Amino acid sequence: MSTLSLAVRDSSTMLRRNLLHMRRYPSMTFLLIGIPIIILLLFVYVFGGTLGAGLGPSGDRSQYANYVTPGILLITVVSAAQGTAISVAMDMTEGIIARFRTMSIFRPSVLTGHVLGSLVQTMLSLVAVTVVALLVGFRPTANAVEWLAAVGVLAMITFALTWLSVALGLVSDSVETASNLPMPLILLPFLGSGFVPTDSMPAAVRWFADYQPFTPVMETLRGLLLGTGIGANGIIAVVWCAVISVGCFFWAKALYNRNRTA
Amino acid sequence: MTSSMNPAIVATDLRKSYGDKVVLDGIDLMITEGTIFALLGPNGAGKTTTVQILSTLINADGGNARVFGHDLTREPDAVRALIGVTGQFSAVDNLLTGRENLTLMADLCHLDRAAGRQRIADLLDQFDLTEAAGKPVSTYSGGMRRRLDLAMTLVGEPRVIFLDEPTTGLDPRSRRAMWHIIRALAAEGVTILLTTQYLEEADQLADRVAFLDHGRLIAEGTPRELKRLIPGGHVVLQFADQEGLDSAARTFAAGTRDDAALTLQVPSDGGVGSLRSLLDQLDHASISVAGLSVHTPDLDDVFLTLTGQPDARASRPDHERAPAR
Repeated sequence: MSTLSLAVRDSSTMLRRNLLHMRRYPSMTFLLIGIPIIILLLFVYVFGGTLGAGLGPSGDRSQYANYVTPGILLITVVSAAQGTAISVAMDMTEGIIARFRTMSIFRPSVLTGHVLGSLVQTMLSLVAVTVVALLVGFRPTANAVEWLAAVGVLAMITFALTWLSVALGLVSDSVETASNLPMPLILLPFLGSGFVPTDSMPAAVRWFADYQPFTPVMETLRGLLLGTGIGANGIIAVVWCAVISVGCFFWAKALYNRNRTA
Repeated sequence: MTSSMNPAIVATDLRKSYGDKVVLDGIDLMITEGTIFALLGPNGAGKTTTVQILSTLINADGGNARVFGHDLTREPDAVRALIGVTGQFSAVDNLLTGRENLTLMADLCHLDRAAGRQRIADLLDQFDLTEAAGKPVSTYSGGMRRRLDLAMTLVGEPRVIFLDEPTTGLDPRSRRAMWHIIRALAAEGVTILLTTQYLEEADQLADRVAFLDHGRLIAEGTPRELKRLIPGGHVVLQFADQEGLDSAARTFAAGTRDDAALTLQVPSDGGVGSLRSLLDQLDHASISVAGLSVHTPDLDDVFLTLTGQPDARASRPDHERAPAR
């Protein structure tokens, strides 16, 4: 069997394993979907009136629902990534990982199984969150192609953050650590253009907000779904996602291959 | 059982340290195809580390090893295709059912669907797990879990199996069932390296035994050869008073007396004939004996003699040597 077909076959076997885990323990998935939905409701119904007014002379709660949805979608991705870090760390405490290491299989397939499983889980979460967003007043103007492109952008950032969280799960020596390490990620949509435009922020914060990876991703999504200007953000988003994916893939692979004593 | 004399595992001068702690201090092994080889030693002797190195889980710091001619570090995948490992800690997926665990293995061994299904049905049957096949492994008992673990190892029909303390923590019945399975595997020509702390287990199962202590092999041979390394058996006579001990000591000049314990240790092979003649002599001399125990050498004696801890045995209650946990 060639390396590639071995990789595909073993990865899909591991994907089936991860999907079975999710099906058997759906509570984790619900918890991960719950967080972005609560934040969405909070920001639309509690802060939405005031924040909407800040968007411009005609700004109101419904306009804010449009503005905040791309940020909420990224919160969804980050929340799911936290779940991935936890499940990877939990998996590493299981004896079966030692068994996989002594088998003649595509070695990173344990990790690719987690990544593909999380990708499926995150995409389902995104569908659920988008439905709730539509219910609370999100009114996208995108056509079919733009929708497809938005899904592609979300898949890209999910892929990148999932590899990051797999690495974080591997580097953690306990499940608790794995649960805490990705926490700062959930702040990034706030410290970007996710909840308010960056030009309302003080200079230092604004500088960070403009140059961190989440902002171009959110601006691209906003452009695709709501027709605002995208500019160079599309390219920047793609580059960020590629860099994070590749870097974290090699990091995770090295962590997985290191010698363990137990 | 040795239809051929092919070496399945050859290891030379294996070394491993963790920081300052030397875990393996130069181990040589030669295990013939189709035999059961037991690696015996107390906790921390380096048994698990040896298995981890030979099963490609960790790298040795020095030395080299081959499995059916394939070098562990240069051709790990060729080695992995030949081996199966059942570790000390159960290597099963707790969230899946027994059947799903086996299916996972069949898929990873790249068996085609029909062959995989047949193999799984056979293994479930052989390991008495058919009834529990649809239940999540988290509901299994320790013995069932260990059986499933071994069944998963066997899905790919490995030619060499590493069993790291396969019966630790099992009740006597599950332990016996596991022994039965291990013997059957060896009869099929599978080479087995097992580690154990229980000398009885090595005595029962192994063609060859090696004692590991502080990262070194201190003796190796068949159980019979090893037992010959130490002085033979004896009978211990217990007396009620000093007088009895005195007259017995006169009758059995070869005995070793212990005045404090009021015992006399008489060399004996422990056979029925020699016991009868011993009792006859006691009768004849009208010596009353309070108690008598027969002692034949077992691997415990060998191990304790070799490690220079002769007193450990006396101070250790018997039940501690039996599997308990």
